[in-house]
Amino acid sequence: MKGTSCRDLGLRIRDSVVSRRALLKASGALIVSFSLDPTDAFGQAVATLVGSPSKDVDGWLAIAADGTVTAFTGKCEIGQGLYTAQAQLVAEELSVPVTRVKLIQCQTGTTPDQGVTSGAQSHPQNFNHSNLALAGATAREALLQMASKHLGVPVDQLTVRDGVVRHHTRKVTYGELIGGKKFNLALSSTAKRRHPREWTVLGTSVKRLDMPEMVTGRLEYVHNVRVPGMVHGRVVRPPTVGATLVSVDESSVGSMPGFIKVVVKNNFVGVVFEKQWQAIQAAAELTATWKHGPSLPPQASFYDHLRTLPSRDTLQVDSKDVEANLGSAAQVVRATYLHPYQMHGSVGSSCAVADVKADSATIWSPTQGVYPQRDSCAMVLGMPKDKVKVIYSRGSGCYGINGADTVSYDAALLSQAVGRPVRVQLSRKDEMAWENFGLAFVVDQRGGLDRDGNIVAWDYEAWSATRGGRPGYGQPGNQVTGFLAGFQPAAFTPRSPAPPPNGPFANGQNVVPSYVTGSRNGVSGGTGTVKSERMLSRVVESPFWTGPLRSPNRLQNTFAHECFMDELAARAKADPVEYRLRHLRDPRLIGVVRAAAKAANWQTRPSPRTRNTEPAARNLELGTRDLSGRGMACVLYEGDNGYCSMVAEVEVNIGTGAVAVKRLVMALDSGPVSNPDGIRNQAEGGALHGVSRALFEEVTWDDEKVTSVDWRTYRTFPVGFDIPMLETVLINTMDAEANGAGETSITVTAAAIGNAIFDATGLRIRQLPFTPDRMKAALGAN
Amino acid sequence: MDLTVNGRARAVDVDESTPLLYVLSDELALNGPKFGCGLGQCGACTVIVKGQAIRSCVTPVKAVAGAEITTLEGLGTPEKPHPIQQAFIEEQAAQCGFCLSGVILAGKALVDRNPKPTEEQIHQALSGVLCRCFGHTRMIAAIKRYAAGRTAILPER
Repeated sequence: MKGTSCRDLGLRIRDSVVSRRALLKASGALIVSFSLDPTDAFGQAVATLVGSPSKDVDGWLAIAADGTVTAFTGKCEIGQGLYTAQAQLVAEELSVPVTRVKLIQCQTGTTPDQGVTSGAQSHPQNFNHSNLALAGATAREALLQMASKHLGVPVDQLTVRDGVVRHHTRKVTYGELIGGKKFNLALSSTAKRRHPREWTVLGTSVKRLDMPEMVTGRLEYVHNVRVPGMVHGRVVRPPTVGATLVSVDESSVGSMPGFIKVVVKNNFVGVVFEKQWQAIQAAAELTATWKHGPSLPPQASFYDHLRTLPSRDTLQVDSKDVEANLGSAAQVVRATYLHPYQMHGSVGSSCAVADVKADSATIWSPTQGVYPQRDSCAMVLGMPKDKVKVIYSRGSGCYGINGADTVSYDAALLSQAVGRPVRVQLSRKDEMAWENFGLAFVVDQRGGLDRDGNIVAWDYEAWSATRGGRPGYGQPGNQVTGFLAGFQPAAFTPRSPAPPPNGPFANGQNVVPSYVTGSRNGVSGGTGTVKSERMLSRVVESPFWTGPLRSPNRLQNTFAHECFMDELAARAKADPVEYRLRHLRDPRLIGVVRAAAKAANWQTRPSPRTRNTEPAARNLELGTRDLSGRGMACVLYEGDNGYCSMVAEVEVNIGTGAVAVKRLVMALDSGPVSNPDGIRNQAEGGALHGVSRALFEEVTWDDEKVTSVDWRTYRTFPVGFDIPMLETVLINTMDAEANGAGETSITVTAAAIGNAIFDATGLRIRQLPFTPDRMKAALGAN
Repeated sequence: MDLTVNGRARAVDVDESTPLLYVLSDELALNGPKFGCGLGQCGACTVIVKGQAIRSCVTPVKAVAGAEITTLEGLGTPEKPHPIQQAFIEEQAAQCGFCLSGVILAGKALVDRNPKPTEEQIHQALSGVLCRCFGHTRMIAAIKRYAAGRTAILPER
């Protein structure tokens, strides 16, 4: 792989077969099990996920003379509560009060390069035996050594609390020992960390430290960054997908009040005005002529269209006996699942502020990765990267790569063109029409059952459509602005047939269902028992920009797997929970399935409820309008990053086709719980976000442009909505590693609801979202 | 143009057709009201005028000249939050927090005119407010907590 260009990077990341856990260990100076060559594509992929964080305590921590601890982190608060959790972590490892800890989050040149805050990787990377946690533990040991010398007492006779080291009545503070000075110390892999059983700060529901400022409107978001001399820009995106610029008539806005400049760079167009409202009006007024691109594939036949495109194929597992076992199975079940493009749909459209001077630039950006943004933005500006500083500034919740990076390029380009600081916020339409959508998926499933209804073979073949993605450290063309300004997205190279699976098993995209063994070279890495398995992913080119959206691809695959597992259980006339347990072998996954079933008071019986299988017309005659049912789904997120199961209870109105989700009961096991209320908040939000995506959300388009461009055309539900009761069971596994949690509940929600709809109605809806029209069509056909 | 914002008289020099949001954000440097959609669809720009929660992104500034305008900052401070803000802290009813002007001010406007709102009335008041982190359960609980606390102290007034 040496010499591979950056342009292949996106594909390499998707193809990567090494587990995230292995990446973490390689990055954390713990176990280097394979070489990390930064010149090869895999090395670059690792770099984007984990960065190249400091190996020294001083890169992570500083203690002032007054005992205040400043921690530097490359994992930022994006609404998930991570500022508070990391402050708890530092307080715990150092034995100081949490109020004495201040975090500096994500500023190039100041904080460690930890790649991007994404992929539920903040807990795995910063709360296990590396990085920030290890810095705290190393610092604590060093401080105890210093105190030992200072007090003339062996370390094992010292106690430490609230940043004060004591021996009987004698004491010395951290501030006195190190205040204002550097540790000059490498992270120590042998430093002893505080065990979860000893925790007094971590493991407690410390309230969000940023909450008082948030609820009183004092918190500065990037939208509120105000730089002296700042003016306002607005971009003018092409009217249709694939359109190219022919000409711009500057005079169409040149006489408007506050005019500064019309900026054009290849197909990138923007206006800069003194005031924001002036820029908004001018962007609407600007006369630009565009040459339209080729027509878009019709949405009505889009899923079939995907199957016809050249694909890049990857086999995750292949036991090579699937066809034989399906051929000899007592029953074969076939089903196809369809998942639409969905969008991040941040409530605030994306915003950035840039101050680009002749020889340097400062960008205030809500990006999830300041170092990748710095390097890629430097390319956009044509400036050495060491002249660009990127300062993370809070944005609207992003749920993955929304417009945060692309608007940072917008601000940079406009500021460079006018030589003044420029604030840019995208319009609602520009955010929604051009963001990197979550991928559309087509999944064909086949399962073979023996005479007793046990699964004897599982075959999966999926098509997903991608274009662009995260910019990483060198691919600004993965985002619309970079592309319009002249950069290309990651190159797409078809590859079919897929090469044989190689390397250790990994399930980062949850391509492999929970119920198979996940075997490679005779070693099983999966969570199930079915030995006959083949999982083939086909990636094709998307007409729209795509990128990671909360539980990227994991949600799409889990929808297909967990619904199909329910189909197999129904065919076997088995209870869906019992049937899952019959095919699982991972004790923690079994644990969350049992815990949610118990909390939901799950009644053991096969689905569907027999009285509900009457035709809809018959039920209406009988006066039955709402049919109720329950469904189960579970996942080990990313194959190694947090367990979750969910029981959904729904009511389907057979007159209107409306699905009402009445109750969601979840069980989570993400290792030691850092902040119980924080993880609950994430689980609850993820579950409701999952309801919105399951029932409402779908990107739409006509023959030339995206048509879901506001909250009327892209549906979700408001705060004042009849939401389900939510119950969360936390399993606090204190001897396990810390896993992510924020993307687990959303991963299983659509499948749990789909299974509950089946239980209620006997109808298997295999296409998201579960809209009333889709439900009515199915009910009518019944 | 003369405005009264959070109890203070403010003079601003803007085109009177400018939507109130940009005046509050850019001329008066307030962080509470935010641009979410510019279409009056999401609530992130909400302010209270004459007891009503209104969308500042689609309200020309001239329409509120002379009226008392209250933003999220006008209720309380981090050190001394308003009871509804305290209720949101108690319930930890936010994630990214971008939507809070809409959620808190729509909730406050409702409870101030209807001290004992039903569940349905709360839903109605928040039927045009979006939170894409989906903190809904806690937000509704926080508004109820505020209403309960407000009712409890009413007899003393």
